[in-house]
Parts: sequence; C-alpha cells; structure tokens
Amino acid sequence: MYDMKALYEAGSVAEAIELLQEHPQAQIIAGGSDVLVQMREGKRAGAELVSIYGLDELRGVTLEADGTIRIGSLTSFSHITKDPIIQKYINVLGEAVDMVGGPQIRNIGTIGGNTCNGVTSADSASTLFAWDAIVELTGPDGVRRISIKDFYIKAGVVDLKPAEIQTAILIPKKSYEGYQGHYIKYAMRNAMDIATTGCSVNVRLSDDKKIIEDVRIAYGVAGPIPMRAPAAEKMGNGKVVSREVIEDFSKAVLEDLHARTSWRATKEFREHLAVELAKRALTESVHLAGGEIA
Amino acid sequence: MNVGKNITRMDAAEKAAGRTKYTDDLCDKSALIIKIKHSTIAHGRVISMDTKEAEKIPGVIKVVTCFDVPKNYFPTAGHPWSTEESHQDVCDRLLLSEHVCYYGDDVAAVVAETEIAAVQAVRAIQVEYEEYPFVLDVQEAMKPEAPCIHEKYPGNILAHTNIRNGNYQKAIKEPGLIKVEGWYDTPSVQHCHIENFICFAEEKEGKIVVTSSTQIPHIVRRIVGQALGIDWGKVRIIKPYIGGGFGNKQDALYEPLCAYLSTQVGGRLVKLDVSREETFVNNRTRHAIRSHIITYLRKDGTIVANKLEAFSNQGAYASHGHAIVAKGMGCFPQLYPCPNIEADAYTIFTNRPVAGAMRGYGIPQAMFAVESHTDDIAKAVGMEPVEFRRKNLMPVGFVDGFSKNENYYDTFNQCMNKGMEYIDYDRKKKKYANQTGNIRRGVGLAVFWYNTAVYPIALESSSCRMVLNQDGTLQLQLGETEIGQGADTAFAQMAADAIGVPFESVHMVSCQDTDVTPFGTGAYASRQTYVASFSIQKTAEAFKKRILEHAHEYTGMPVSNLNLVDGNIVRTSDNRVLMSMKELAMEALYSRNHSEHITAEETADIKSNAYSFGCTVAEVEVDIALCKAKLLNIINVHDCGRLINPALAKAQVEGGMSMGIGYALSEQLIFDEKTGRALNNNLLDYKLSTFMDHPHLEVQFAENPEPTSPFGTKALGEPPVCSVAPAIRNAVLDATGVAVNQLPLNPHNLFKRFYEEGLL
Repeated sequence: MYDMKALYEAGSVAEAIELLQEHPQAQIIAGGSDVLVQMREGKRAGAELVSIYGLDELRGVTLEADGTIRIGSLTSFSHITKDPIIQKYINVLGEAVDMVGGPQIRNIGTIGGNTCNGVTSADSASTLFAWDAIVELTGPDGVRRISIKDFYIKAGVVDLKPAEIQTAILIPKKSYEGYQGHYIKYAMRNAMDIATTGCSVNVRLSDDKKIIEDVRIAYGVAGPIPMRAPAAEKMGNGKVVSREVIEDFSKAVLEDLHARTSWRATKEFREHLAVELAKRALTESVHLAGGEIA
Repeated sequence: MNVGKNITRMDAAEKAAGRTKYTDDLCDKSALIIKIKHSTIAHGRVISMDTKEAEKIPGVIKVVTCFDVPKNYFPTAGHPWSTEESHQDVCDRLLLSEHVCYYGDDVAAVVAETEIAAVQAVRAIQVEYEEYPFVLDVQEAMKPEAPCIHEKYPGNILAHTNIRNGNYQKAIKEPGLIKVEGWYDTPSVQHCHIENFICFAEEKEGKIVVTSSTQIPHIVRRIVGQALGIDWGKVRIIKPYIGGGFGNKQDALYEPLCAYLSTQVGGRLVKLDVSREETFVNNRTRHAIRSHIITYLRKDGTIVANKLEAFSNQGAYASHGHAIVAKGMGCFPQLYPCPNIEADAYTIFTNRPVAGAMRGYGIPQAMFAVESHTDDIAKAVGMEPVEFRRKNLMPVGFVDGFSKNENYYDTFNQCMNKGMEYIDYDRKKKKYANQTGNIRRGVGLAVFWYNTAVYPIALESSSCRMVLNQDGTLQLQLGETEIGQGADTAFAQMAADAIGVPFESVHMVSCQDTDVTPFGTGAYASRQTYVASFSIQKTAEAFKKRILEHAHEYTGMPVSNLNLVDGNIVRTSDNRVLMSMKELAMEALYSRNHSEHITAEETADIKSNAYSFGCTVAEVEVDIALCKAKLLNIINVHDCGRLINPALAKAQVEGGMSMGIGYALSEQLIFDEKTGRALNNNLLDYKLSTFMDHPHLEVQFAENPEPTSPFGTKALGEPPVCSVAPAIRNAVLDATGVAVNQLPLNPHNLFKRFYEEGLL
C-alpha cells in the first residue's frame, strides 16, 4: 500500500504538462522504480502523482537526419541495451544500463527516470556525461535542450522547471562519430547493486591508431553528481598511445575528483579505485578503437 | 524401500504452482494492521510519549505505549523450557520497552484499519527520551567505564564460562616451541529468509489464536503464555508453510505483542507484518564473535598447548545468549585434540540489535577462527595445511566425554580427499606456488565440527502420531516443522519404511496447530531428521502392532507370523499376501462386531547425539588492484550419515554454501558510530550474494551410517554453512600470502590488508 493522494495518468506530453500545471506539487512517475521506493520509505508520503508511463511517443531510439541519436526518455534499460542503433554507435551505453539492478528493474526502469532522479550512482549518467549528451525538456513554453552537465544541479536536484518533463536524451553525431568507449561499474556484487564507483571512458584515435585525438572520462559516485575529469582529459589529448600515457592519465583524474569517506567506502579506497578504473577503461577503449598499447 | 531415494518433495507441485498458502495468504482481509514505533536512540529511557495526534488519524483504533504493557518479563529464545530454574532462559523482555537498549527498540505500537493510517500514526507519535551513552563493540563494552546496559549484569557480561584441560601455563614452558597467535573477527549478519516474519492473532473460543511464520510453534505457545501471564492452554499457535527461518524464527519474535494487541482491541483480528528493514534490526542477527587464539607447537607440527578467548556480541537482550559462543568453545578441544587447553567464552551485552540463533549456532564463527588459525599454524611450521590437518584432526575412535559422541569413521580424511580431488587441489597448490602479477589464484580448505540436536545440554524428545484411514493409508503428524528444508518428505519416507507401506500411503499433516499437533520443540539444531527418526520408528512399531493384531483376527495367523510389506499383510513364513491394508482398514473401522479407530502416538526421549563432519574446498582468483576475490570453484563434502533423500540433502547443502559465500565475501551489518543506528538494513546496502556471485556449487557426501539413529542419519541442516568462509579465506591466503582475519573478505577489507602488506 502506498500513501498516495492521487494518481493522474497523462495521455500525451501536452496533457502531462497541463496536469503538472494543475497540480504543481505533483511528482512525475514513469517506471516507478525510484518513486515508489521513495514513497514506501515515507519520503513522498501523501504525494500526488502524474504518470507519464503510458506515453509511447517517448519510447524508442531513432537516428535523426543530422545523425543525432535520439533516445526517448521512457525507453527502458533493456530496450536500450538491445537497440540496433545503440549497439552500432554507442554500444557502451547499452552495456552500462545493462548493469542496473536486475532484469525486472531493467525492464521497468527508464533512462529518463534514471537521470531525472539526480543521483550520482545512476549507471546511465556517467556514460551520458562522457558522451556529452543533450537533455531535451518539454514544458509550457516549448522545448529546450541543455547539456547533461547543466541538467544536474546538485545531489538529487536536476534542472526541471515547473511543469516540465524530460522527453529525450540526444547524442549529437560529433560526440560519437569515431569514438569507442568502455564503462566499468565497480560494485560489491555482480548484480542487484549500485556502483561504489562507475567510470566511463571513450576515445577517438588518429587514423593510424597511434595518437589519442580526444579522450573523455566521466565518473559516477566520485562527487555529489556525475562528473568529468577535465585535467586528465587535457593531459591525454594529443598523446601517443602508450602504457605511460595511460598511467599518467589515470593518476591525473584525482585532480578533479572529490572523493570522501562514508560508510560505503573510504576516501582512500575510492581514489585508489578511480585511478585503477580509469586505467582499465581507457585501455579497453583504446583496444576497441583499434589501438595497440606499446 | 523409500529411504535413500530421490522422492519428489510432497509440497513441490503446490509451491511451484504458487498455490501454497503462507501466513499472509491465510489472514482474513478484515484484519487490523499493527505498526511499531521504534526508538531513535540506542540507549536510554522513554520519559514521556504524546499519542494525541496519532489517535486523531482516521482509521487508528488503538495506540499502546511502553507504559501500558504488563510487566511480565519473558524470555524469547526458542529453547526447550527447563524445569530447573538455573537452566532457564533469561527473562529480560517486555512487550514494549521503556528502557531502550538499541537503536530501533520497540517503544509503542499502533493498531489501525489500514496500513497507511498505522504508518501515519507511528510517525505522529512524539517520544521524549532521556539518553544514556551507548556501546557497540564487545571489547569496549567490557571496559570499566562502559555504560552498563542491564543492571543485573555488571561489566555487561551476560555469561563467562571456561574449559581447563591439562596445564597450559606449564606446557608452554617447554623449550623450542613455536608460538602462533591470531585475532579473528566475524561481523553481525542477518538470516535474510525470503519471507519476513509475520503473524496474526485473534481471540476465539476462549483462546488467543496466533498464526505465525515460526520454526517453533510449541515453544512460542509457552512464551506467549508467559508474556501475557495467561494459561498456556489458552494459547493456540498455528504454523503454516513458511518462507525460511534459518534460526531467526527460532525465537518468539512479535507473537507475544501481536497476541496482546488483539486483547486490547476486543479480541479482533490483528496482523503484524514486519518489513525487511525491521527484519534486519528488530528480529535477530548472528552473533559477531571475536576470537583470540594462541597455539604452541613443536617443529614437527605437534600441538602442545592451546588457548582461546572468544568474545560474543549479544546485542541488547539475552535471547539465545551464551549458548552460541559456548557451543563454539565446546568444539575447540575436540576438533584438534590437545592435552593442555585454556579456553574462555564471554557473552557481552552491547547496544546492537539482538543476536539470536542463526544457522550454525556459533560454529561458523568458531570455524572461521579455528580453521583460519590452522592455516596460519601450518604456515608457521612450514607444513602443507592439509597435511597438518591429517596429523592433528580428531582421530577415529575419539569419544567426547560430555556428549559421548564418537568419531566412528575416518570421515575427515574421506571428506577432504573427495573435496581435494574435485578441486584438483594438489596440482593447483603447486601451480599457484610462486605467482606474481595482479591476478593470482589460490586454493584453500577448511573442515568443520558439528553435532546433532541439543542432548545432553537440553531436552531432546520427539512425538509422533499415526492415524489409519479407511483406505489403508495414514495421516502422519509430528511436532517437528517443515520450514522449507523438505522435512515433511523425509519424515514420510522414514514412516513409510518403518510401517511397511508405500510412500503414497503416508499423508503428512504439514501444519502444526498446538491444539492438535503432538508436542515437539521444532526446527533447530539440525535435529529434526535425527530426533524424528526415533519417534517415527517407535510410533510405527506401535501402529504396526495394532494393525497386525487386527490382522490376526481376520486371518487367524499369529502376529508372530505376520508382517506389513508394501501396504499388504503378509504371512512371513511363505511371504503370501493375505490381505491388503485397505481391506483391513475398512473392516477395522466399519466392523459391526469389533470397530476400532486405529492410531498410535508415542514420544521418543532421545539420549544420544551424533557428530556431523565435513569440509569445504575452494579456489579463488584475486584481482589485487581491484581488491576483489572471485570464487572460481567450491565443493562441500558432508558425512551426515545415511542420506534419507539425496536430492533434498544436496539442496540443503547448496543453500548453506550460498549462505557461507555471503558470509565469506560480502555480508555485514554496519552501524553508525555516532548514533548506533544500522546503516544498511535493506537488501540493497546489505550485500547478500546473488546467483551472479556464485560459481557452480558442488556437493558430495561420505555416506557413513550413524549407528545411534534408526535410519543411520544425523545433522545436515546447519553444517553446510560452517566451513565455507575459512576455506575461502585460506584460498585468498594461498593466492596472495595475505591473511585476512576479518570477515567479510569484501573489497574494503582486502584494500586495507593489501595496503598494509604492501601489495598496493
């Protein structure tokens, strides 16, 4: 039994926006794998809910004319993993969301919910950060698109204006063309877990596969929200692929991370992991991109 | 013969089809809902409580506070009662606590028409506390300046017992001895049975009737009577199928409170359904035990003297108390016999959640200490650990002076050999000897000691009833409970053979109802197959005698020339079938000349016990930089006597191994040092292992019939969990050279140890 005041089911995006305007206190619910858990914990006791779960227009992955990959916000994790467009261009995202919870959660959980929840441990988020994803938001004043970096404000808070809903996640062609990436979820068990740290790396190599033209690295659970490690990226860009460069790149991530001690892990352990995961994720990305490490 | 066959368990089809009714399925939807208000301090006293706002919430029927409940102190442990006062369990519980002893202690309860109203009311209750300092660690709790949790127990010592054999102090003076010393620490963990505790109660026919997810219905009846201060005959406990217990439900949990609250709302039906979060904190946990072992030995590996100190973290209330660490200490002089021993076991109150019974009852903790230490010793004297064990383990013919248990067979070597062969231990041990690099593999072994049931420490009896039906079949009842392990099927197999009827003729009455079920103390101590075999055998003999006496009337043959074989009355001199059981039963019941309702009911008073031994062999791969130990291969080998149902036995071992893997690698309850609150009391943050964390679980047996019991059987319920963690720990030691003496071997602890040892 959930302590719920009312549930309004939207039949379209426009109707969802209207319902949110009529019920400004209402919480948006999609798959419910976060919202219902929070309600059970008493955090949203007595809430009004606006369900967007029936909006099939927000489901599915498409390739737009300019090459942008458009992921409808209600697309479930399991659909993302199995989608041919994802598998062809940004397979790492499919792999990352395949590590969320267990099969049941991956069938009900959506990428929109995963990002709107605003938590640092979301398995999709660090990969979306690493791919410079764009978040599409639709509200009473129309559609706006912002970078995922700007979408996350602080722990648990994202840039959703009143009566706005997230309608898509976009990966522009320039973000993915020529890149290969790898995500490592570090958790305490192999299923049904949240990341102690998640690390997503992607890389574009020169035509001869010897130079790192561009490298991007993002972490979950290295700070209150998912984050990039710009110092390491800067350090790696333009370098010849080598074991030493990968080592230096990995150590440089600590310049940007703000690991802290909590009961879930100590600062020292988190920092150790951040470096080790950077090393492994970049090594694997280079391999996927056809590079060899001297 | 049915014993020894893989007969499909009798509840399988219904459970697979989802038709089996568990406690919640049986509760009428009209039930009022109980929710409990838990303390937000770890230690202190409730000064006052404001329930006005809670009572105003629509749907709230009754709010009961710690000031309202009767002051009948009662024990909760699922032990047989003792008529000797000195052996009785500690009576330290009230239905609700004014004196708060742990974070989450029960201070008030709400009865409401809906769950939502009850939850809202619990939130609306305002509690004022007087706070006291609290303590979570055993060593801290034993310090003179530590807060005293229970007045009657100064120094927070619930109990301290010891063993003194030979002369330790003198023996250690022998020149040239090697001293090996270690501290071994195990965490608080929880049972995590799939069905949380649940019960419902109402007053009916002058009794209070409680339906409960329990392992021990007859014991719960006694405790509800004690807690409410009413005649035990006025309490009726019904135990349906349950979704696991593992010892947590070998305690009276909330049955007394639920029964009491029904009496406070006019005897109406009330239901108390515990959440997973409450299960972790407000039920029972496994005792965290810290062990200190010192061994003195000669260069040839002979153990000269041994010292053990074991400190058991009892948590807030006595529950099963000292019995757990005492059992662990009890095996210490037996497993590796040594002439000079000093052993001390302490059970210490702290402000953690209450520790009670959990599968293995102190032995998983003891085996982690002893079997880790054994590898440390072997390393110190330069012996291969298995060779060290072969030299020093309990020899064949060993008899324990107290229990009179005897090691009849060469069980340890048989089990170790099978396990080592499966793992390819000797070859891998050599192969992994000189590894460098980040990924390293290792193999490890640990044995375990266990015994069966609780004789001679406490009562061991079992009662059984057999009732003949008109069709020649029978209904079978026992006080021993089916808790998911397949006990009913094993009982029916033994009964069929003992009587001489086909398995299909035995209709098990699975549900225990204390109004009608013969007395039995329930599922614990890996006792049931053993103790029930005695009462089944005894009752079957009485039952058969009555049937054959009737057969004499119909056949004219003397009873001495009659037998029951496969459901027929047979003349033993020529094996001729004289009549079927059905013919006999119809005649016996409906005869106008001599009608008789044929039944038998007997109690077996059991005065024996039996060792149950075995081992685990494990192979791990350690990724040093990631601080992860991955289990590659694992085998458990058990000697539990003759297998009644090999498939069920194997399933039992697999479940125990899974539990052992979690204990070894991932599980622990974590407490906030600042507040005493459990931080991870949910299945996301408490790292119960999953299918994805398990390799294939290999199970083998060394099947040596146990001479003391009718079907040659002995303990298997708890043993499978006992040796898993030390085997994995020893495999990690073999792989990395690093001894990790703190469970679990999760990345946090491996990071700490690898860092300390310079591997990182």
